[in-house]
Amino acid sequence: MAGDGIVVVGGGIAGITAAVEVAEVGFPVDLVELAPYLGGRVIRSNRYFPKMCPPQCGLEINFRRIRKNPRVRVHTMTRVTSIEGKKGDFKVQVKVSPRFVNSKCTACGACEAVCPVERPNDFNYGLDKTKAIYLPHEMAFPNRYVIDPSVCLGKDCGKCVEVCPFGAIDLDMKEQVLTLNAGAIIWATGWDPYDASRIDYYGFGKNPNLINNVMMERLSAVGGPTGGKISRLSDGGEVRRVAFVQCAGSRDENHLPYCSGVCCSASLKQAFYVREQYPDAEVTIFYIDIRALGRLEDLYVKAKADPKITFVKGKVAEIFPDKATGELILRVEDVDKGEGITSRADLVVLATGIVPTTVKSPVPFEVPCDDYGFLVSSEETGIIPAGCVKKPVDVAHTVQDATGAALSAIQSLKRR
Amino acid sequence: MGEKKIGVYVCEGCGIGSSLDVEKLLNVARSEMKVPVCRRHAAYCTEEGLESIKKDLDGEGVNGIVLAACSPRVLNEVFQFPDHVVLERVNLREQVAWCLEPGGEDTQMAAEDYLRMGIVKVQKSEPLEPFQAEVDKTILVVGGGVAGMTAALEAARAGYGVVLVEKEERLGGWMARQFKRYPFNPPYRELEDVGVQDLISKVGEEKNIRVICSAEIQKIQGAPGMFDVFVKGPQREESFKVGAIVQATGWKPYDPTRLGHLGYGAIQDVVTNIELEEMMAKTGEFKRPSNGSKPQTVVFIQCAGSRDPEHLPYCSSVCCMVSLKQALYLKGQDPSAAAFIVYKEMRTPGQYEEFYRRAQKEGVVFVKGEVASVAQGGDGKIAVEVDDMLTGEKLLLEADMVVLATGMVPSMAVEGDMVKVYESLLQADQSQKTEQASVADRQKEGMVLHLDYRQGPELPKLFYGMPDSHFICFPYETRRTGIYAAGCVRQPMDMLGAEEDGRGAALKAIQCVEMTSRGEAVHPRAGDRSWPEFFMQRCTQCKRCTEECPFGAINEDEKANPLPNPTRCRRCSICMGSCPERIISFKDYSVDMIGSMIKAIEVPEEEEEKPRVIVLACENDAYPALDILGQRRLSWDPYVRVIPLRCLGSLNLIWIADALSKGIDGVLLLGCKHGEDYQCHMIKGSELAQYRLSKVSETLDRLALESDRVRMEQVEIRDYKRIPSIVESFMERIREIGPNPYKGF
Repeated sequence: MAGDGIVVVGGGIAGITAAVEVAEVGFPVDLVELAPYLGGRVIRSNRYFPKMCPPQCGLEINFRRIRKNPRVRVHTMTRVTSIEGKKGDFKVQVKVSPRFVNSKCTACGACEAVCPVERPNDFNYGLDKTKAIYLPHEMAFPNRYVIDPSVCLGKDCGKCVEVCPFGAIDLDMKEQVLTLNAGAIIWATGWDPYDASRIDYYGFGKNPNLINNVMMERLSAVGGPTGGKISRLSDGGEVRRVAFVQCAGSRDENHLPYCSGVCCSASLKQAFYVREQYPDAEVTIFYIDIRALGRLEDLYVKAKADPKITFVKGKVAEIFPDKATGELILRVEDVDKGEGITSRADLVVLATGIVPTTVKSPVPFEVPCDDYGFLVSSEETGIIPAGCVKKPVDVAHTVQDATGAALSAIQSLKRR
Repeated sequence: MGEKKIGVYVCEGCGIGSSLDVEKLLNVARSEMKVPVCRRHAAYCTEEGLESIKKDLDGEGVNGIVLAACSPRVLNEVFQFPDHVVLERVNLREQVAWCLEPGGEDTQMAAEDYLRMGIVKVQKSEPLEPFQAEVDKTILVVGGGVAGMTAALEAARAGYGVVLVEKEERLGGWMARQFKRYPFNPPYRELEDVGVQDLISKVGEEKNIRVICSAEIQKIQGAPGMFDVFVKGPQREESFKVGAIVQATGWKPYDPTRLGHLGYGAIQDVVTNIELEEMMAKTGEFKRPSNGSKPQTVVFIQCAGSRDPEHLPYCSSVCCMVSLKQALYLKGQDPSAAAFIVYKEMRTPGQYEEFYRRAQKEGVVFVKGEVASVAQGGDGKIAVEVDDMLTGEKLLLEADMVVLATGMVPSMAVEGDMVKVYESLLQADQSQKTEQASVADRQKEGMVLHLDYRQGPELPKLFYGMPDSHFICFPYETRRTGIYAAGCVRQPMDMLGAEEDGRGAALKAIQCVEMTSRGEAVHPRAGDRSWPEFFMQRCTQCKRCTEECPFGAINEDEKANPLPNPTRCRRCSICMGSCPERIISFKDYSVDMIGSMIKAIEVPEEEEEKPRVIVLACENDAYPALDILGQRRLSWDPYVRVIPLRCLGSLNLIWIADALSKGIDGVLLLGCKHGEDYQCHMIKGSELAQYRLSKVSETLDRLALESDRVRMEQVEIRDYKRIPSIVESFMERIREIGPNPYKGF
């Protein structure tokens, strides 16, 4: 029936939270996610600050809430193409990309073993490879394989089809178009890291030992490209000196004028990843202000007490390789000392900021945004933004916001 | 229910069939366990496979299914059966076929043991009958500030009745005393009207909300869906029923009289940000308290008593923005006036950065430094000496006024809360204190809810006077079911944050009454329809269950009998683990059930040199880690038998006696991290398991066994690579100790 349920767009922590919170009140939810799995950015994180606990723990609870609740319908590999109607009665048209693997898949892995083609693993930001048929990651939900059609050899190969005992692989699968009815839409499509290659004086993309903070999460994760060992990507060697460059493109009118709110705490957390693995490594954090709000201050206090973690107030002006040693050299305006200094590191992490996905993929409906592309809440539209699509926030605040969004959405149903 | 008829279904798919001798497995069910219906299929998750099971439900009258196939964590949507059918999933795929040597003798033995355990579990289980009670769906909101009013309004707009109780004469809280607010809306540069009056009138107009001002809660008794609230209002005392509660009792300003070192108290023109705001709201003018003149130079001192171990250790999150706003009040009144902001770090996250930039453009001067002293200077001026961190020199500012950016203290906080000391149960035990006693002592102040709970009258706190919760993943959850904290009582936040928070807490309250009315548990076992039953005839009034429940679900009568409240219960089963008389059971989880599963394991004779170790694993973290281990085809010890527990806190020590007296060589517990940054979703479960283990030596001594036969390890869900080595090191120790002498008894 029209408008009896909610459509949640985005299957990261905001969308998952909104969906299960609505469903547990008792309303049906369609959860729409572009990737072949749920979990968004958080499932690619190694640990949460400040408790340094793995995100997969809370996600396991949320996945169980979804699995056991028939009111939630999950649509992965699905994109919203149009929205018609109004608050209380929307028609949301979505396109489901072919997965080429149907619901008979048991994730037994027989297909992967015979697949002859590899592709860069986007889950690990391209730092390693998967087969053309792959399980996105070890906790993938849904627990089902997927084929990357851009590299799959198709029917000419067909090895996976032959080997699958369940008839789960369908190379003829076509794109599907569905229309979902909704009383309200929660838009929770999250964020992308700012493209650091646009900061030309850093040379991101030109040196494998210069990475961004989301890559650092994978480099530390047990399911990551190095099995969790933080190392120089150039040669797999151990790291001795790690530099974190705060506000890489943030609080900068040439790039992102706003502060992304989470990068300081993320770098503090990542500094501890390094310290845990390398008791002798030196960590330097170059910053403007360390913004560890609320009780996150504890993490900052702990980092300041660590003799191997040094804080330098200053903007990193340039990063370039030392051809002789392979190290990276950072030229910094040290504000405390009032002079330019240089520093060396064998791994540099750029603390890049949060860009709302709505910059690249706007909501196909008239909704208010601010100058940066963040969505602005408005009671009238019936499209409720939640999480980082609204402002740059950490996981705790995203969950808080998404829970509130669930209530706003329910009101559209009740008031009909 | 009537007779149970069990059907065993062994799936051959995903490598199970090629790894195991399925016929032999079925024989264990058929001959040894006397199961009447035993079948195999190439893949039970297929339509045909599923149909074959469903046919037996009608045809054979099967009402207990043992499905030996993949992990219970997958394909839940496929394996759905009617409510009267008990289902047990035996994990032969991830935890046998995928991680043990295919075709191996030990692999087969493991599978057979898992099958035995599954059959026993179904034998001992009953279909669930959800706890039904008459549920009142009214929401009580305590506190009429922005968070509370928003919670009330949003719940009302969703169609729920709300009672809003406020202790002051009128609604509004701290924000009602503000002059302007800093920008929440694009382009984030202009001061905005506070908007609280608008919110107050919306609350007043909403027919679903009843507001009681000048009122205090005297007592709350009962449980979710059926709380009885006793309120003393201005005219009368009254009582009413509600289903769930939002506590939005806000914050208090940090006591400025403790900031004498910053001149407060001694110098009249040193004021707090709150005092300045109230002056602005009343008069619209920025004036010196001493003589009423308009100041030419004002110094704002950030973190006055915040981020300071002597005062408030945390950051109050809003004071930077508040000082920027107040500096603009000054600039708006007199553009030639000088505003200095002395700060350690300017914290203007997100789009608020725009407002910081605006203040810079308006000529506000920012000094990164620490204030060394504030003293009365000549000419009525105030001398502020700053250690300027950028120049490394001392900077002397002569000001007409100083504004201290004081922080927020959660309304529940009391003396002593600002010192972060985590006392484990073991330490508490040694210092002869129970958690309950210290809670009761420390909560004499800051009391709001006056819960008639055995474990104390208020929400338990963790640090800094903020309620204990999983504040990252599940920020609204407190340790009292159906009571959700919102706004600055939970952590420092601004008005925009408080609105969002009030809305979210209202959703959780609504969800709680709806789930309770369906007989379902709330977080973290959301939707669970089991609940604990107490066999009271055997209770010895030892009080362990009432003391150890992390959620305060169980009250006590005057004779120390437990009085369970099923709608407060989170179904963690910690009470079941705590009970020495084993009188607490769920229909699908009991001490006898797990004990019988352990006893169903076949223990080989000593000379076979095949040790047996039981792993009791937390179902949410350790158990999924073991699944991932299988999925990645990592291998581990074939002599281990895994039993998932709802929470390690449900560990009953009798299981260890059951295991060891049967000849099992060791018991390894895999639970979640506990302590300050605990990961246990039942808050205290893994810590309680550790605590109980410290008492297990008595059992082991009685059996004349080595204490090393029992070990607990803290693991995380991501530890799938680490677990095999944890087990290996335990097995090594077991081999050193030698076989359990009770084998064959």
